[in-house]
Amino acid sequence: MGAGILRTYRLQVGITAVLAVLLALFAVLSPQTFLGGRIYLSFLSTIPFIAILALGLTFLVIAGELDMSFPSLMAMAGLLFAEIYLRTASPWLGLFAALAVGGLGGFINGVLVVKVGVPSIIATIGTQFFWRGLSALLASGLARNIAAIRGTDFHQLMVGRVLGIPAQALWFLVLAVFLALLLNRHVFGERVLFTGDNLRAARLNGVDTDRVRLMLFTMMGLLSAFVAVLVCLEMGNWWPTQGEGYLLLVFAAIFIGGTSVFGGRGTLYGTCVGAIIIGIIEAGIISAGFSGFWTRLVHGLIIVVSVSVYATIFRTGRS
Amino acid sequence: MRSSVQDRPPILELRGVGKSFRGTVALREIHLAVHPGEVVGLVGDNGAGKSTLIKILSGVHRPDSGSLLIDGVAVDLSRYGVAQARSMGIETLFQESTLGEQQPLWRNIFVGRALVNRWGMLRVAEEKRVTMEILRRYVGLQGRAITADTPVQTLSGGERQGVAIGRAMYFDARLVVLDEPTTALSLGEVDRVLTFIEQLSAQGRACILISHNVGHIYRVASRFIILDRGEMVASCDRQDISLADLHGRLLQIHAGGR
Repeated sequence: MGAGILRTYRLQVGITAVLAVLLALFAVLSPQTFLGGRIYLSFLSTIPFIAILALGLTFLVIAGELDMSFPSLMAMAGLLFAEIYLRTASPWLGLFAALAVGGLGGFINGVLVVKVGVPSIIATIGTQFFWRGLSALLASGLARNIAAIRGTDFHQLMVGRVLGIPAQALWFLVLAVFLALLLNRHVFGERVLFTGDNLRAARLNGVDTDRVRLMLFTMMGLLSAFVAVLVCLEMGNWWPTQGEGYLLLVFAAIFIGGTSVFGGRGTLYGTCVGAIIIGIIEAGIISAGFSGFWTRLVHGLIIVVSVSVYATIFRTGRS
Repeated sequence: MRSSVQDRPPILELRGVGKSFRGTVALREIHLAVHPGEVVGLVGDNGAGKSTLIKILSGVHRPDSGSLLIDGVAVDLSRYGVAQARSMGIETLFQESTLGEQQPLWRNIFVGRALVNRWGMLRVAEEKRVTMEILRRYVGLQGRAITADTPVQTLSGGERQGVAIGRAMYFDARLVVLDEPTTALSLGEVDRVLTFIEQLSAQGRACILISHNVGHIYRVASRFIILDRGEMVASCDRQDISLADLHGRLLQIHAGGR
């Protein structure tokens, strides 16, 4: 029985081991940094942004779809939040508007894919340009300073410190538990798995695959908007290229985590560990005394090695 | 000549059903009644409309015209889908796989009709228990380490068909529709499927069978319906036609004459 569990969760065990090895390596290279607590508190304030986005995108990838537009949707939602806060001084109104435009943007992606029939990678590259362009146009290319929001209850609730722990880490934890239950133990998650595994088979079993995918695109839009608001609050600022850096990091977290690009299979735990691995590498490299230029190179190595391992050992390739 | 089973009301009846896809007529004026205990063999060449007919019965396609009656009661076609068909006792084994290859068996048995609590959370333990029961009774474990958690992709063709059949049996189907169930199976596995169809009939369930193998159909069917280019061109009871005559009739249709 123990061996069976190990076999079932070998992917999760493997990815956790990779994280442990990385942490051990960094601790040896720079014990002052990695054996103290401060670096981990810093991780808790930055990694949740990648991780929450990656949770939502993992659902889409499992369902056999992609979303390339979420960084731009973040910019649009973040701008709306910042602008409405500056004009009305109401962060709640700003949050509501951000979620509304995020949900709408996600829903539009879904309609393009499900109803119009555009492959998701193409449709969302299109909407990626659209939302980036619209937000730049509306902002006249200028940043929005919302530093005044620091110290408000809203700021405390979203990104404040709870017993020293960044609130965004707690938001992430709540979302991760909820989404893991949704995927693995709820009937909706089962529909997601079959939609990605075999779309036609899912339909013949009575799964409304169109509805499932519309809901997933919408959920990704909502999560993108939520993270955009968190990022604006954490930085006290909105800027026109906000979100751009997340695209590849989020995809990297998902595929390092072991989710299959062909759909039907994926793990949110793997995605979370993948996000942590992606999030700690830069600090590890710099505190070990190497140049920051190494970061991308190491990211690249870890991605290539991990997906190669999955392809050879776990046979995740297309057969 | 009417056999005794046809004195009972039909489980399923089609009246004047037609279906077109983008202007191309796939089915025209189909009348068909299936009674308890009957095995109807649906034969015809490629493109005759057999699969379209089956997808209408199973709720995948909605007919353009005509009506569908279950137990003599007309069905509201606008609300008739896979889930409704299943809940009324119509189970379909499609030609193409309806299994999620990477998903465990327990999910495959229950997909589309999961056992859930009021929050929509799956009752996993119960689904797994029923799955093991189905595996024992219909798949034949043959000493292999197959459990409810085994992914479908590790199963043989015969084992997969066993899962699909077991699913139909467990959910107490009254009409089982099988589209080419013997394709790509070994001789022993074909025999298991045909024996299963004979058992269905003996239990008073009905069956509609499609196969390119007229020999398989002739062994189990009590009645044959010949489709050609979307139309029913003949219907005859088994005792009225020999296997050779049935074969000859099909070749004749294939050659263009009726």
